[in-house]
Amino acid sequence: MTYSNPYQQQWPNQPAPAAPVVAGWDDPNRGGWDTPTAAWSTPPSRARVNQPRSGEHLLDVRDLRVEFGTRDGVAHVVNGVSFHVDPGETLAILGESGSGKSVTAQAVMGILDTPPAVVRSGQVLFGGEDLLTVSADRRRQVRGQEIAMVFQDALSALNPVFPVGWQISEALRSRRGINKADARRRAIELMDMVQIPAAAERVDDYPHQFSGGMRQRVMIAMALAMRPKVLIADEPTTALDVTVQAQIMDLLATLRAELEMALILITHDLGVVADVADRITVMYAGRVVEHADVHTLYAQPAHPYTRGLLASVPRLDHRGHGLHSISGTPPNPAAIPDGCAFHPRCPWAQQVCRMTAPTLVRIGRLDRASACHFPPEALDARLA
Amino acid sequence: MARYIIRRLLQMVVTFIGATFVVYALMFANQNDPIQALAGDRPVSDNVRQVLTEQYHLNDPFVVQYGYYMRGLLTGDFGKTLTGRPIGDVMSDAWPNTIKLALLALFFATLFGIGAGLVAGLRRGSAFDNTTLALTLVVVGLPIIVLAPIAQLVFGVKLGWFPTTAGARPSLYGLILPALVLGAASTATMLRLTRASVAENVRADYVRTARAKGLSARRVVAVHVLRNSMIPVITLIGVDLGTLMAGAIITEGVFNIPGVGSKLLLGIQTEDGPLVVGFVSVLVVVFLVTNLLVDLLYAVLDPRIRYE
Amino acid sequence: MSDLEMAATSELGVRPSADPSAGPASTARTRSLTADAWYDLRRNWIFWVASALVVLVVLMAVAPGLFSSADPTACTTRRQFAGPSGGAIFGYDFQGCDVFSRTVHGARASVLVGVFAVLMTGVIGLVFGMLAGYFGGWLDAVLSRVVDVVLGIPLLLAAIVLSKRLSADQQGSGIATVVIVLGILGWTTAARVMRSSVIAARSQDYVAAARMLGAGPLRIMWRHILPNALAPFIVVLTIALGTFIATEATLSFLNIGLRPPAISWGIDIATAGKHVRESATPLVAPSVFLTLTVLAFIMLGDAIRDAFDPKLR
Repeated sequence: MTYSNPYQQQWPNQPAPAAPVVAGWDDPNRGGWDTPTAAWSTPPSRARVNQPRSGEHLLDVRDLRVEFGTRDGVAHVVNGVSFHVDPGETLAILGESGSGKSVTAQAVMGILDTPPAVVRSGQVLFGGEDLLTVSADRRRQVRGQEIAMVFQDALSALNPVFPVGWQISEALRSRRGINKADARRRAIELMDMVQIPAAAERVDDYPHQFSGGMRQRVMIAMALAMRPKVLIADEPTTALDVTVQAQIMDLLATLRAELEMALILITHDLGVVADVADRITVMYAGRVVEHADVHTLYAQPAHPYTRGLLASVPRLDHRGHGLHSISGTPPNPAAIPDGCAFHPRCPWAQQVCRMTAPTLVRIGRLDRASACHFPPEALDARLA
Repeated sequence: MARYIIRRLLQMVVTFIGATFVVYALMFANQNDPIQALAGDRPVSDNVRQVLTEQYHLNDPFVVQYGYYMRGLLTGDFGKTLTGRPIGDVMSDAWPNTIKLALLALFFATLFGIGAGLVAGLRRGSAFDNTTLALTLVVVGLPIIVLAPIAQLVFGVKLGWFPTTAGARPSLYGLILPALVLGAASTATMLRLTRASVAENVRADYVRTARAKGLSARRVVAVHVLRNSMIPVITLIGVDLGTLMAGAIITEGVFNIPGVGSKLLLGIQTEDGPLVVGFVSVLVVVFLVTNLLVDLLYAVLDPRIRYE
Repeated sequence: MSDLEMAATSELGVRPSADPSAGPASTARTRSLTADAWYDLRRNWIFWVASALVVLVVLMAVAPGLFSSADPTACTTRRQFAGPSGGAIFGYDFQGCDVFSRTVHGARASVLVGVFAVLMTGVIGLVFGMLAGYFGGWLDAVLSRVVDVVLGIPLLLAAIVLSKRLSADQQGSGIATVVIVLGILGWTTAARVMRSSVIAARSQDYVAAARMLGAGPLRIMWRHILPNALAPFIVVLTIALGTFIATEATLSFLNIGLRPPAISWGIDIATAGKHVRESATPLVAPSVFLTLTVLAFIMLGDAIRDAFDPKLR
């Protein structure tokens, strides 16, 4: 019973949505999503790099591995994650709680608590410079100034005892040495930019005096204070109401475009990323299981895990169908199953999945890959 | 805020009257012969007896006597000791010494308690952390009647680093050893609280945010961690004041400091009612005012606290 | 909750299962808070050291003969400050008494005072705290003011005044007097802790449910609130036991609590302190035993609190 596919009635409908999200998305001859766009090939123009080389990505994470020392042994939380992002582009990193996506982000920022965390190997190339090997001072310089981060729970991520304006401009005062009056003015400008009403009156208020959505805007204003080139948003809307979620996502998208930033959006919510992301990287048990541009991923998910995730999203065009959830729970990072980490939950699992871990292989077109022993067509065929 | 302060002040009046009344009652009620006690061993003539009875309202009910005493107290008249000395004079001799001693003790407690507590909290599990933690445990368990004579013996008599006794007009240097003894327990509790508080705050989300801003490690600790960790520690100072005052009774006795503690002890032992009630009244006021100030400071330090 | 926290707490931070055969799948198994606390306590070395010290001191109080056969009152100035000999491993004091024997026999006063004072403060604190917390209103206001008044005067100072008054007509005070003094003055913290626990428990859904099912105040307090409020209460009382022992010694040190010929660590410390320049050795034994006893109860209270407070884990 457990082996029978719980998604079977649902999944065959998915590869053919009733209406294309973007006109022409499925026309391979158009200069669309499957060929490099201008944004992809543009060299990191705004990036202040030591030796700019063309073809380089603004931020390029390669084979990152992070472990945690725990009482129960070593937990392999991030196991060889690679992704990249360029100016003006939004990359979504998608995964359940415990998939290692936040740890990845914190490793990129260099704010992991070590110990217990250890970055075992990999590269975090920012403008060609490996941040994992530079001095602590240089690392700190990049942090906040070049790569900034917005955290999930703004109430706990903001210091409760300082006014929001003070916190927004703190980095400017302590790192750029601008005076108090200018810092205050900048804080108000930033609050205006993230559309906090009556910014001038609220600049001296404390975090607990703001609503959840406004607090998240404060967080964003704080992250943008130093005009970073990369913004990492870690579950920026998870703690918010649905209507506020949409506002925050819109704001992030607008700011990303206006400031020509690269945006990395970390989320477990497929619904949140659909409108905002250009590309999606799906993580499971500390590994990248699939990455693709957003439309391909929604239309033709290659990995069984992605398919499961998509089946669990409520869709207007599938009203009346039951929603599905992926059975089982994500693995304990201290005891990741042998072979493919997803095999205990995968309805397609075969003997090979229990024996060997699949590698991330390119599927057909450029910049689309999946870590599954079976090509998407084979998965589709098994459903028929 | 104003309403809160008024309510607290009213509560303080009730507490003050309650506390002084209890001590007044303990010192004066059921005295076999207060006039004889006043006169000591000398015989008292009927004439004198009548005058004194009048003067101290001894024929009035007990509560009325207390009322007369309070009226005097509020007009600044503390009355006289059994030996006939104005209590106001005794106080102006004793209080400066005790205030110096208590402030010095509080200074050492804050300096060592917060300083070492911060380091221990940041380096949890290190040798420094384990050593200080074990030390504080011993100090917390060390009654002042054990600590005071031993400190006097070791640092005063054997090593000779400090004067053994402070003398009639104690110098600041002479007060250092007594202050360290008096502040030892406070140092230990403050250290433990600071350590726990720092260890908790270091892992707080807003500290991670501060690091993500690229602030220097020094600034993250000095501004974000320390400021938030001080909030619970400040409240401890209010509680500690009572401990310090009680400890002063022993410390001043052992080191022979003419302060409030030794005067009080002497007063209790010689059943000098007016002296004891006078000193206790002032002590209670100091204690109540300090606690109110600490509570208000708490609201200043933590904007989330709103008193209404 | 971020992934990092998820990883650090809920999945990896799962405490090792008591059952070695249980695999990772059963780590989510729940355990009651008490069983959990007891599990933690058994693994805390401080708990065992403190317990061992407590047992030792209680044993000394109950059967001093087990430790020293010498008579603590058999003193002779011929042996003034004499060194260790025979059973007198700590030598002799100013009056030529066996220091070790006196220290062993001194435990009884401390233990009796500590235990009975804690029982008394426990009962007063329990009743006052529960009444104030459960009924609130004017009763709470009055009881809170009473607590303020008692707290307004430092414990030691109040104890000195009260002991003096209670023993005015006698030659010093007996153990009973000291117990009564500490009982009257020492209940405030216990009452405050009980009050706040009761207030916290009162608003819980299960208490509201019990009330709707028609349970009376007494039954609700006894069956539903008390079990949940007990842990912090016991912690406060355990630590208070140490404080009371120290206060008894201090009162005796000041010649206000127990007086010779009673045997108390406080008296011996005072006597030894007076003659410390002639010989410091008689000061050591009573000081060490008093400190260790006070320490034992404070450590015990700390260990219990740590076990019951999951936040500190």
